[in-house]
Amino acid sequence: MSDITSQSLFELTLNIKEKKLSSEEITKAFIDRAEKSRKLNVYVTDNFEKAVDQSKKFDSNPNLDSKLPGIPIAVKDLFCTIGVRTTAGSKILNNFVPTYESTVTQNLWNHGAILLGKLNCDEFAMGSSNETSFFGNVQNPVGEKLVPGGSSGGSSAAVAANLTPVTIGTDTGGSIRQPASFTGTVGLKPTYGSCSRYGIVAFASSLDQAGPMTKNVRDCSMLLEVISSFDQKDSTSIDYKRNNYSKELSKDIKGKKIGIPKEYRVDNMPDEIEQLWKNGITYAKDCGAEIVDISLPHTNYALPTYYIVAPAEASSNLARYDGVKYGFRSPGQNLIEMYEKTRSEGFGDEVKRRIMIGTYVLSSGYYDAYYLKAQKVRQLIKKDFDDAFSKVDAILTPSTPSSAFKIGEKTNDPVSMYLNDIFTVPINLAGLPGISIPAGKDKNNYPLGLQVIGKPFDEQIILNISYALEDKINFKNDISDWWLSE
Amino acid sequence: MSIDLKTVKHISKLARISIDDEKANKLKGDLNNIFEFIEKLNELNTDNVQALTSIAETTLRFRKDEIKSENIREKILKNSPEENKDFFVVPKVVE
Repeated sequence: MSDITSQSLFELTLNIKEKKLSSEEITKAFIDRAEKSRKLNVYVTDNFEKAVDQSKKFDSNPNLDSKLPGIPIAVKDLFCTIGVRTTAGSKILNNFVPTYESTVTQNLWNHGAILLGKLNCDEFAMGSSNETSFFGNVQNPVGEKLVPGGSSGGSSAAVAANLTPVTIGTDTGGSIRQPASFTGTVGLKPTYGSCSRYGIVAFASSLDQAGPMTKNVRDCSMLLEVISSFDQKDSTSIDYKRNNYSKELSKDIKGKKIGIPKEYRVDNMPDEIEQLWKNGITYAKDCGAEIVDISLPHTNYALPTYYIVAPAEASSNLARYDGVKYGFRSPGQNLIEMYEKTRSEGFGDEVKRRIMIGTYVLSSGYYDAYYLKAQKVRQLIKKDFDDAFSKVDAILTPSTPSSAFKIGEKTNDPVSMYLNDIFTVPINLAGLPGISIPAGKDKNNYPLGLQVIGKPFDEQIILNISYALEDKINFKNDISDWWLSE
Repeated sequence: MSIDLKTVKHISKLARISIDDEKANKLKGDLNNIFEFIEKLNELNTDNVQALTSIAETTLRFRKDEIKSENIREKILKNSPEENKDFFVVPKVVE
């Protein structure tokens, strides 16, 4: 049997069901490795002691029919967890201990999983490199001094470094898919409305979705099956029959039509990405898929639209952090001064920047010129996809315009940081499902991802296409464990 | 269009985030770069386009008007920044 922590969720589940491994053995193996991996800074808060207790409890009376039997899982620190500190990577929530549980994490525990701890992320999920976290940057296990992507950077690093079998992240403009691409892992953003947003610290409510981050496509289908559910507590949750994604997972994509949007061939795109994309197209053809050239004419307007819509919603969502009812408070002579000092000291620079953008575009006299304009362009972007999906079953693109970059390389230039999300943002704006799978490496041996985009609620087809491509690509991450300490 | 220092200060007031002059100047630069990038939207004519207000095409659900008695006062007050078992404490607001 291979080393416990390098096993997939599928393997671990099988080993538990066949009683070859106990939950306690597995939990302790992940904790042991985490203790030696502090250098990566993936954990904001660990739950190790309680996790061991829970694993023993599971072993004493195991329910082997559950979908995640006694499997320890660490989650992004954006999900509220009862009794376990939830910070959203921010000083302003540094001392916040929720008294309620997010629906998606509750789904994990209902299916037998055990909370290992809370993973680092960009502050309020605003960032593409995990460098805006109050708790410091995360190192990408792929190479030293390299960002793991963001905002789910602790999550992507933890999966790639074998510190959790699988994890869940959140994706507002690419925060699952871009870090997955940077770390050679799989990340899926479900259709808006599939996974409940209840109990997730809100960033931009019309874009936020939780989703699985895993080592491979099969694990991704297993985890999606658990977290996707209709929830009365989220007014935008959609009541539809979800698939048994893992049961219906198939490599048979013969005759499926896959669209290639010409607008994703952006200026200055490295040849390596172009080549990666071409390889993906060849593999899809080898699997019997039909390749169709399509056009998404408003692609170039997606990022500017996103940088109005997302900050506008954020400025409104983050108005609740005022130091009155929970979280950090800085004292003031009067109420207004207390608000202003609390928010000034409690938020980091990127969050303040976005609140300011959002406040400006919603302020009197500018609403029509910016916010309303962006909502109209969002309609055009959505229509591009509607038109495309009348001709194809799925769309194949690169996940990111580059591989992982160095820590500190882009922190002084917000716009160049934002450009990271050029291929992922349109999917959030249109509310579609998208998955990033590792598809190759660049000249530095850093991973690169391909993205498969589907119609609303058709997670199955993007999983199936990814499953077929994964087999052809046969990606190996070969990470050297350079960060381990005794 | 460009955002001047006075506007930055005005927005920070609206956003209830106090900033000093040095930070305001830095923000002014950042915001102008970002808005220059955003201005690209003006290339598009959107006169006859309906604004997209909800991506999930559903109507809001009604629920039954039921009384659910749950005593959650303690839970709600649990994370309050200043200790007081019954209320949230803030600086004096009435003279």
